[in-house]
Amino acid sequence: MNYNVDDKGYYGEFGGAFIPEMLYPNVENLRQQYLKIMAEPSFKEEFDQLLKDYVGRPSPLYFAKRLSQEYNTKIYLKREDLNHTGAHKVNNTIGQILMAKRLGKSRIIAETGAGQHGVATATVCALMGMECIVYMGEIDIARQAPNVARMKMLGAEVRPALSGSKTLKDATNEAIRDWINNPVDTHYIIGSAIGPHPYPDMVTRFQSVISEEIKWQLKEKEGKENPDYVIACVGGGSNAAGTYYHFLHEEEVGIIAVEAAGKGVDSGESAATSVLGKMGIIHGCKTLLMQTADGQITEPYSISAGLDYPGVGPMHAHLYKTGRAEFIPVTDDQAMQAGMVLSKLEGIIPAIESSHAFAVLDTKKFKPEDVVVINLSGRGDKDLNTYIEYFKL
Amino acid sequence: MNRIHQKLQENKKLLSIYFTAGYPSLNDTAKTIKELEENGVDMIEIGLPFSDPLADGPTIQASSTQALKNGMTTELLFQQLGDIRELVSIPLIIMGYFNPILQFGVEKFCQKCQEVGVDGLILPDLPLDVYQDQYEPILKKYGLVNIFLITPQTSDERILQIDAASDGFIYMVSSASVTGSQEGFGNQQENYFKRIANMNLKNPQIVGFGISNAETFQQATKTAKGAIIGSAFIKHLSKNGTDTIGDFVKGILKN
Ligand SMILES: Cc1ncc(COP(=O)(O)O)c(C=O)c1O
Repeated sequence: MNYNVDDKGYYGEFGGAFIPEMLYPNVENLRQQYLKIMAEPSFKEEFDQLLKDYVGRPSPLYFAKRLSQEYNTKIYLKREDLNHTGAHKVNNTIGQILMAKRLGKSRIIAETGAGQHGVATATVCALMGMECIVYMGEIDIARQAPNVARMKMLGAEVRPALSGSKTLKDATNEAIRDWINNPVDTHYIIGSAIGPHPYPDMVTRFQSVISEEIKWQLKEKEGKENPDYVIACVGGGSNAAGTYYHFLHEEEVGIIAVEAAGKGVDSGESAATSVLGKMGIIHGCKTLLMQTADGQITEPYSISAGLDYPGVGPMHAHLYKTGRAEFIPVTDDQAMQAGMVLSKLEGIIPAIESSHAFAVLDTKKFKPEDVVVINLSGRGDKDLNTYIEYFKL
Repeated sequence: MNRIHQKLQENKKLLSIYFTAGYPSLNDTAKTIKELEENGVDMIEIGLPFSDPLADGPTIQASSTQALKNGMTTELLFQQLGDIRELVSIPLIIMGYFNPILQFGVEKFCQKCQEVGVDGLILPDLPLDVYQDQYEPILKKYGLVNIFLITPQTSDERILQIDAASDGFIYMVSSASVTGSQEGFGNQQENYFKRIANMNLKNPQIVGFGISNAETFQQATKTAKGAIIGSAFIKHLSKNGTDTIGDFVKGILKN
């Protein structure tokens, strides 16, 4: 079984590029160029150097002793929360800004939900002196004020998405419309492993540095490259794709994907796409997505803005369909409690997205000798208000 | 012969009008179509509303949102069109994003189109290669003409590919934009219109996006076979409802 993208841009039956003709020249050009550009020695050199000196990579692989004792198994944390800007998102934006420069683009657009990808994009645009416009749902702008301020300080223009449900999916629609209106000078930096081919594969490759590092770091610490399990939360699927990438074809490594169940999978307020979704087309990609019987895309819910996406990246849809990955839904409450446990036991306050991954420790039993790597995709600073309200701190 | 082919043979410039089914009121569909034909419109695009219309500007987005709020569905559209061929004889084309059609079932959708007398489809997010790989035989089986888009950025090579794959007309998007964002045509469009005219394509071209009045209709049809008005008509409907459709059409065709 192949879990990577095929020549036509599909992962099994998922993926492809379902885009209006207006986007064809840009997406096709990207498709033809992205692998060539990524393989250029000068690109690799610049990418690696920025990841090292600017982002602070490699991110540590940390053995969480007290957490391991608590759950009676060997738990390692991949510390993406220690990256500059506080999450894994910057791995992708560094890669894509270098790509945009080589494609001769001078103007950058992006969508953002919680604001993490928006901040990561505004950051690399400041770094490269490029114009940056970030689309963000009007509702998200109101509930993520600190990240909006960060983007502004970094020189980006934050444009409210006023259509539809005024959240992440609508911000993505607006970014795509902007690209249709500005086909010549603009590159669209998508923030997750979603969108038309080649985006899911390109984003996955930029994020794959996560599993590349896990391999040699684990070798140093455990004397073997492969853990028994890798665990990551899945919104669109970029941190998960990066965490799994070098283990996809290592059958002995169990892959666990954690989805946001919101108030419960059957509550009507959930973002557990693998369970609730059906095959369909969203943002140029054929994948599992939450929709009505009539094919209208519905609005998901999660306490975590970063997991609040009605679709899932096509690679993950394929991992689900083939059974290569185990998908586990985690509710708001389970995630919040897990975030508190990690804070108390390890002195690390996680992003609520990442807290979802840790909640698996409460629902799934691991053996004492199992080596379990959890991707800690981001830090909790941005979520302090939600933690304060939830725990009445 | 398909009504679209027949219409394209008429020796005149064609006016095509787009509206969103279920807008402004849920059951306006048949009335709108009838009024448009009575007032001299040559062809109609019936928009099947979608929650996430990527290629549309604010006007058509808002009409889609309202139509869905009104309760519009794919099933209901076919009910509304059930007797339409007793009322009108001009070509009817459904314009819709692919996901609702995929969920309805592509074959069932095409079969229903044939039953009620729809002549063609415009599916902006169904790309040429996927159409050819998977869906062309189904559309053909039910006598449906598939209409492809080209834009000022489309390469000559791809235009020729699209021309070869088309059997009807080519939908020529006037500028790099979503629907409804253009204010009149400048030099760039004139050059683009000329460039396409000089390619001597086998399919006639009908221009869409940014046509809003008699003047832009005239400009667009200098070289092209016809033009499509969408957002401007939706704006008219949102202000005046369906009672003064005739005034709108006369305003376009006054010369
Ligand atoms: C810290 C963090 N983790 C995870 C996600 C989810 O995105 P993805 O599934 O693409 O990794 C986000 C998105 O904003 C995030 O900020």
